[in-house]
Amino acid sequence: MSLADAFADGPAFVPYLVAGDPDYESSLEYVEALERGGADVIELGLPFSEPIAEGPTIQNAIVRALEGGMTPERYFEFVEDLDVSIPVVCMTYYNLIYRYGDAEGPRPFVEKAADVGIEGFVVPDLPAEEADPLREACDEFGLDLVFIVAPTTRGDRLDRIMRQVSGYVYVQARLGTTGAKSDVSDQTGSSLDRLSDYDVPKAVGFGISSGEHAERIVRGGADGIIVGSALVDIVAQGYENDESAKTTAERLETLAHELKSGAIDGVSQRPPHSERT
Amino acid sequence: MSVDGKFGDYGGQYVPEALMPAIEELEDAYERYVLNNEDGFMDEFRTRLRDFGGRPTPLQRADRLSERYDREVYLKREDLVHGGAHKLNNALGQVLLAKYMGKDRIIAETGAGQHGTATAMACAHLDMPCEVYMGERDINRQRPNVFRMKLNGSEVNPVTVGRGTLKEAISETMRDWATNVEDTHYVIGSVVGPHPFPSMVRDFQSVISEEARTQAREKMGRLPDAVLACAGGGSNTMGAFAEFVEDDETELYAVEAGGSTLDVDEEAGVAPNSASLTTGSEGVLHGARTRLLQDHDGQIMESHSISSGLDYAGVGPELAHLVDTGRVTAVNVDDDHALTAFHRLSQMEGIIPALESAHAFGYLEEHSEELGEFVVVNLSGRGDKDLESAIEETYERDIDIAPNMDEFTGGL
Repeated sequence: MSLADAFADGPAFVPYLVAGDPDYESSLEYVEALERGGADVIELGLPFSEPIAEGPTIQNAIVRALEGGMTPERYFEFVEDLDVSIPVVCMTYYNLIYRYGDAEGPRPFVEKAADVGIEGFVVPDLPAEEADPLREACDEFGLDLVFIVAPTTRGDRLDRIMRQVSGYVYVQARLGTTGAKSDVSDQTGSSLDRLSDYDVPKAVGFGISSGEHAERIVRGGADGIIVGSALVDIVAQGYENDESAKTTAERLETLAHELKSGAIDGVSQRPPHSERT
Repeated sequence: MSVDGKFGDYGGQYVPEALMPAIEELEDAYERYVLNNEDGFMDEFRTRLRDFGGRPTPLQRADRLSERYDREVYLKREDLVHGGAHKLNNALGQVLLAKYMGKDRIIAETGAGQHGTATAMACAHLDMPCEVYMGERDINRQRPNVFRMKLNGSEVNPVTVGRGTLKEAISETMRDWATNVEDTHYVIGSVVGPHPFPSMVRDFQSVISEEARTQAREKMGRLPDAVLACAGGGSNTMGAFAEFVEDDETELYAVEAGGSTLDVDEEAGVAPNSASLTTGSEGVLHGARTRLLQDHDGQIMESHSISSGLDYAGVGPELAHLVDTGRVTAVNVDDDHALTAFHRLSQMEGIIPALESAHAFGYLEEHSEELGEFVVVNLSGRGDKDLESAIEETYERDIDIAPNMDEFTGGL
């Protein structure tokens, strides 16, 4: 299934987890639980040692995954071992993409990613200005390149990003780093307004942690919701409390279900004029 | 001079999208105020460097070193800049620029605390609120600098992720900037990070080589045969080299921290040195493509040096480019030789150097015969901040020329 297909039938729920957090086998179960809970796409983090865009929750998850032995090579095996039918998007930092394989540049990484069935990339430290080599490799192997649009992104910058983006656009709901919040930013609405003329699915992330948030974001016009830290928190709690992987997986599935249901409810509450094609 | 932010293949702007508008705003301010002296920015900067910073610093003949090595050895005395290191040149420039840009909050990272203290001084001087991110481990290693920052009115925020040193402090400061980008300027401490930082920090630091070049002509009637500067991130290095780059008769030596060994432990993710020019490979870190200490997969390694100011896994992209093109020679000096040089300069010249700067003197000791008749060494900072660690490290080694400090053993 392509990313476009995943957004075709109503609002998409896009959860994020770090591959290998806290260990390889548990992490496989967690991703599969998210699909059972209603995930339409999975953003799967490949951990990098210097994650400058992440808040403490995901930083700690990255530390756990790295200590658990996750590497780019293991990550590709992980994706092959995953028993899910939804598309997988690889979220990582550019140095790992750039360094992979023997040749210079991102091509070997993208080729391998295509080979194991990855559908696209999100690279938080790669702005549109520096993205041409990765964009070319993605085009060659038929993968999507998702870009993040921040509350500060306007005018020419927005055009430049929207010319390069494919799959979906990641709408950053507020400034700062990733992390679950008790409320959702008001900056989301104006970001969605700025994007309304562009014909690509808009998925909103940063700070969404409950079904109620999901409902509100979708009611405001989002085509999908991206949830990371709230889910990673469950993995962290399970790890700290020595829960069985099965228990943690069940809790992930429950929250996933709540988020997906919230998103679906949000569509039915949209005022008629904001209905999207 | 690069205006597009690339130095060969190095440089660029690898930062989260949320920061790009601020980077573009900074590029614009850099071109207007720094390159074109709009509103007299550079005039005010130079005046404040003179009156507040104590510039120009002398180019002093080192009489006993000249005798020892049988050639003319001169010291560029950046240790005499207010605060005790070259770091103020950049911090003062950036805090002043932030004022011209209308920003009302300053953040900075610091490793050893030299850049943090310089930024704190500049912020107090220019009446700007300041928060400094510092690794928890460095806070414990460098307590006097933490006191200095606080005395100047800055907040010091401990960074507890990872090993708690400079690399983590930079990442955390970037996160703060991504959160508060609209009213905050990030005063980065070296010629690293996304464009325009590497060029801008070089321009603020190039006052070192500008003065040294004129002073060399006054004192010796010619340019030096060699300029030596220690290199971590590379701000004193680029400052000491910038105005000499076009002078073919002057050789430029960037002296990196060889640490305990140049060998790398891939399994543990540790490079027990900070020699990214000598042993690193190309990659992307903290906003720029440059040379890095990294493992086979591209994960960044933990670096090491006896001097915390050199202890960083990356290096400025322009310096990496100058090494690739052969204009700058990258060399390295290990912990032991740097510490010996620290004692030698203290005893022979009456100057206690920063452990960072001591690396350049370690290279002079080993290779003086290859350096020509007239050598300038950039004495980037004074060693007061390093006294405790220098004495502890000396005690663990057998250094002939070190004074006997046994009375303090266990009491430090």
